[in-house]
Order: sequence, then structure tokens, then C-alpha cells
Amino acid sequence: MTFEQYLQTSLSALKRNRSRTGLTILGIVIGIAAIILIMSLGKGAQKLILSQVQGLGTKSVVVVPGRQLEGPPSTVGLESLKKRDLEELSKPYNVPHAAHVIPLIFGNDITEYESENFRAQIYGSSDQMPVIFDADPVEGMFFSQDDVVGSANVVVIGSKVNTELFPNGGGLGSRIKIKDKSFKVVGILPSKGASSLINFDDGVIIPYTAAQNYLFGTKHFDRILVDVDTEANIDITIEDVKQTLRMTHDIDDPTKDDFSIVNQKDLADRVGVITTALTYFLAAVAAISLLVGGIGIMNIMLVSVTERTREIGLRKAVGATTKNILLQFLFESVVLTLLGGIIGIILGTTASFVASVVIGRLASFEWTFIFPIGGAVLGIVVSTIIGLIFGVYPARQAARKSPIEALRYE
Amino acid sequence: MSNIIEVTNITKSFKDGDRVTEVLKGVSFSVPKGQFVAIMGRSGAGKSTFLYQLGLLDHPTSGELMLDGVDILKLKSEERTRFRLERLGYVFQDYALLPDLTAIENVVLPLLMQNVPDDIAYEKSKQALMRVGLEKRMYSLSNKLSGGEQQRVSIARSIAHDPKILFADEPTANLDSESSENVISIFKELHKQGQTIVMVTHEADYGKITDRTVLLADGVIIEDTINAHS
Ligand SMILES: Nc1ncnc2c1ncn2[C@@H]1O[C@H](COP(=O)(O)OP(=O)(O)OP(=O)(O)O)[C@@H](O)[C@H]1O
Ligand SMILES: [Mg+2]
Repeated sequence: MTFEQYLQTSLSALKRNRSRTGLTILGIVIGIAAIILIMSLGKGAQKLILSQVQGLGTKSVVVVPGRQLEGPPSTVGLESLKKRDLEELSKPYNVPHAAHVIPLIFGNDITEYESENFRAQIYGSSDQMPVIFDADPVEGMFFSQDDVVGSANVVVIGSKVNTELFPNGGGLGSRIKIKDKSFKVVGILPSKGASSLINFDDGVIIPYTAAQNYLFGTKHFDRILVDVDTEANIDITIEDVKQTLRMTHDIDDPTKDDFSIVNQKDLADRVGVITTALTYFLAAVAAISLLVGGIGIMNIMLVSVTERTREIGLRKAVGATTKNILLQFLFESVVLTLLGGIIGIILGTTASFVASVVIGRLASFEWTFIFPIGGAVLGIVVSTIIGLIFGVYPARQAARKSPIEALRYE
Repeated sequence: MSNIIEVTNITKSFKDGDRVTEVLKGVSFSVPKGQFVAIMGRSGAGKSTFLYQLGLLDHPTSGELMLDGVDILKLKSEERTRFRLERLGYVFQDYALLPDLTAIENVVLPLLMQNVPDDIAYEKSKQALMRVGLEKRMYSLSNKLSGGEQQRVSIARSIAHDPKILFADEPTANLDSESSENVISIFKELHKQGQTIVMVTHEADYGKITDRTVLLADGVIIEDTINAHS
């Protein structure tokens, strides 16, 4: 018999029992769809994490005031990071591997220009900020060290702020108002999306001195970022930062630390652990449903073999060999699982596309949909293999039938 | 040796758990070329079982079997299948057609299984269907045909490859008298053309058209008569 004859016979056998065929392949469909989801979402998550981490770089160490990362959120020591800490951390003999040390102050308020206004994230930082965040303006320049020292009324604005306040352009060099204080726009940032710390598009960046003196009236920082020269020195630097801060804060007992340190790499690793766990979970779902699906296929094929005892016998009586029958039934189960695989790929792809759109909407970050070609190929291969594995036993049962047995079967 | 069938002391037993039923208890039997033999006997006598052994649809428990000069029991399973496809024809009581196929597809299937080229196979099948008077129903689905027509398709299938021996197991048992006559006249015609035929039947009447009547009872031949008319 030829390939086409096998295919034709299989298809007509499967068509005869449409609804049963559909139910039979359900397990395979779910399993393969899960594989596709894993591959697609896994890739998307990986990309997201990378872009988030890249916003700051894995070489950065973030100093957070207070102890909010351990136990119940504590309000004690939230104002513990001061200008003196910044100065001490910037001294090479305290933290020799720090390439840059920058402070961050967060807030948000209405920004105004003529009749336009927009509620923006307000960031106070230093002139070094673009080095760490890779945030060079497309128009104008970032403010300078002199601006920071002199608490100059200058501002670098994000792309969304720019389009909201200056729908007709011409933002650079204009004066906008924040809390009734006037700031001169010296730079406009490109559209960047959010990173883990900063929402550049919706934000405005001003010298931290200006933020403290004119807007918030405070003397502390919300974060101090320490950019380490190479990744290998992160652990040493964390120790150096701790020592320095304990010295400036007069702390002898490490459990009384009024600050904590978040390492970007740890954060990335932690997110990585979660996505890995999720991947394993989905993989387990896929494996189980493929196993169950495979057993379902085997079950239905056995029923089919019994039902078609007579047909099998007749085929043998007119000359079908044991091998013909074996191949016929193997073909049928592979066609069945492949069909399930293809539907699963379509379903999984659709689901991961929808997921990417929904995630993109709900969370404000970019989630790119990736068609998992590898997943599709894997899906085809896996479903074929399942068809072969779970088809062998029923096919052998079929092939073993004798013409006589079939002719006696009613 | 001019005998086309030479059976010596064939037995056949079936095992069902510990129980062994011996259905054929040593049957010896020979048929010269061109003979039309009727095999008769009560229900359960072992007629079908005997014919299955002769038609190579089953394998005897012991004994010897020569068909067309070939020692069948020495052949391998695939060789036996090949021999059966090429040299034997078999007509079943219940036609044994594949319901999803048309008349001609049913007839052509064994030929294609022997790797006869498509065009030759279809030509032979057409001729066989003409010989049984079914050229008009060639492309009908076999399950849409009447019982008599289905049996004629089955006969066409069994003779399309010019078999050396034609076996038939109660070919008229499921048919009305008109269809039966039709089928029997086909067998008579085939016999006239020199076809060797072994037919299991319940109809004592067919003694008039066959050369010989063999009576089976309880797995042995108890009577073997040459019919007077021939
Ligand atoms: N595969 C089998 N397994 C067990 N017993 C069998 C098998 N095939 C036949 N038999 C038994 O062998 C005996 C003879 O069966 P067979 O079909 O040959 O009878 P028969 O003479 O053709 O009868 P009928 O005229 O009813 O067709 C019966 O008792 C039957 O039950
Ligand atoms: Mg019988």
C-alpha cells in the first residue's frame, strides 16, 4: 500500500467518528497548547526581565532606607539616607569599586505649561543619572554638576510629559511649573518604557538639591544607587556600602541597620526563579495532559480495533499483511495525535498572543508576543512520537487478528 | 500427480483456556483438477473449519496439505498469503465485502495487494464483474447493493485473478431462491470452463450439479460419493 492509501484510509476512519475523534485528541491539544504557552510566555518573560534589569544594569546595588524589605513594613528610619551618606559612599577609600553613586528622590505632582497640565512622576537625582540608566536626552542635554551644586531650576522631561505639555512642540528651553515653581526644560528624553525603578516617559528629572529645597522640603533620599565597576565586585561592594553606612550612622549591631541593600542581580535571579518555577509547572501540566492524552488515544484505538475486527479480518482475507494492518493503525493514531498537535499549536499560539496583549494592557510594560517556532516544531515532534508510542499496542492487537476470528465476529 | 488438492490426515483443535476442542479429527481428501465438489454436513460438523484450512485462511494443527503441487505447510506465513492471493479464490457466506468501497474497489483490492499494476488490475476486475453480470453496478458502494448482488461481487473478487481453486462457503445461504439460482448458474458456468470448485452447502439439491458430494460429521468424512450425472 502507498502512503496516500494509508492516509486516506486513516482519514476516512477518523471522519466516521468525528465527535469521538475530537474528544480523543483533547488531551493532546491541551498538552501541546501548554508547550506553546510555556515557550512563548517563557520567552516573553525572559525578554521582559532582561529589559527591566537592563534599565538599571545587573551591576547596580540599590540602598533603600529603613527596613521595609524584612518583616512587616517599618516606618522607622525611612529618612535615614542623607547627603553625608552620599558623600561617604562616593569616597574611593570607603567603596573602592563604586563607579558612580547617585541619589534618588521620588514624588509626583502636577506639571503645567500655559493651559496644559499633566501629573508626572518627579525624580530628583544627580548629573550622573544618565550613565547608570542609559537616559540620554534626544533633545537638549542632561543637567550638569553645577546645576546640582547650585540647585538650579532645570528639568529633563520624559516623552509623554513632553507630548502632554507641548502638543505643538517647542518644549526645549520653555519654562514649566511644578508646584508653582518655575523650571527650565533643558532636555527631553526618548520614549523608553518603564524600568524597575523609574518611569521615564511619565517623569521629569530635576537636580536632587532643587527637589529637596523647592519641592519637598526634605533632607533625605529615597534611594542611593551604587554602580559597581564589574559584576565580580558586587559582593565586596555591598559589604563596603554596609560598613560605610554603619560608620556614618553609628551602628554597631547589624540587626539594627536602618537601611537595606537590594542587589539587581539578586532581583533578576529571584524573578528568574519564579519564571523557572512557572515553566516547570506548565511543563508538568503539559506532560500530564500529554500522558493522559496518549493513554486516551491508546484506549480509543483499542476500542476501534475491537469494533473493526471484521474490517481488519476482511482486509487480511483479501491479502493485507500483518505489516499492512500494523502500519494502518499506527498511521491512524499518528494522524490523530498530529491533528491534536496542530490544533494545540494554533490554540497555544492564539492564547499566548492574547496573553501578551492582556499583559501589555494590564501592566504598563512592553510584553512582546513571540511566535515560538521551536515550540511548534517540538509540538509536531512530540505529538507524532505520542501517536507512535501509544499507537503501537493497539496496532499490534489489530495486526494479530486472524481472518477467521474476524469472519466469526458479528 | 494430477490431484490439485491433496489433504492427508488433517486435524484442527481450538484451545479455550484448558479445554481443547478437536474440530477436525483427521481428514484425508483429494480433488482432481476441474472437479466441482460439494461438502455437506450438519451445522457444527466442521465444514467451515475444513474449508478455512484448505483455503489457507487458517493453519491446521497437524497433517499434510498439498495445493497445486506445493507443500503448503512448509511455506512461511507471507508465502502462504501470497500463494492464497495468487492461486486461490474464496467466496464467503456473508460476502465479506468492505462496506466503504465500491463494487470494483472491492474486487480490485486483492489484485492491488499482489502489486498487479493499476490498469491491469482494474481491467481484470471489470471483466470479472462482467462475468457475474454486474457491469452496471460497478461503481456502487457495496453496502448499497442487494444480497445477491453483493454475493456476485464477492464471486467476482474471488475469480478476478483466475484462481487455480475456488472455495465457497455456503454462498447461497443468505440469498432468496432467485439470487441463489443466479449464483449457482455462475458456478456451473465456471465449472464448465474448467474451474476446480470446492463448495460447502446445505442444499442436497446441489448434488445434481456437482461432480461429487463429501459428507462431514463430527470432524471426519463419513461419506464420499461421485454423482451419477457426470
Ligand atoms: N475459533 C474457534 N474456536 C473455538 N471453537 C471453534 C472455532 N471455530 C469453530 N469452532 C467450533 O468448531 C465446530 C465446527 O465449526 P464450523 O464453523 O466449522 O461448523 P460448520 O460445519 O461450518 O457449521 P455451520 O453449518 O453452522 O456453518 C463448532 O462447534 C464451533 O463451535
Ligand atoms: Mg459454516
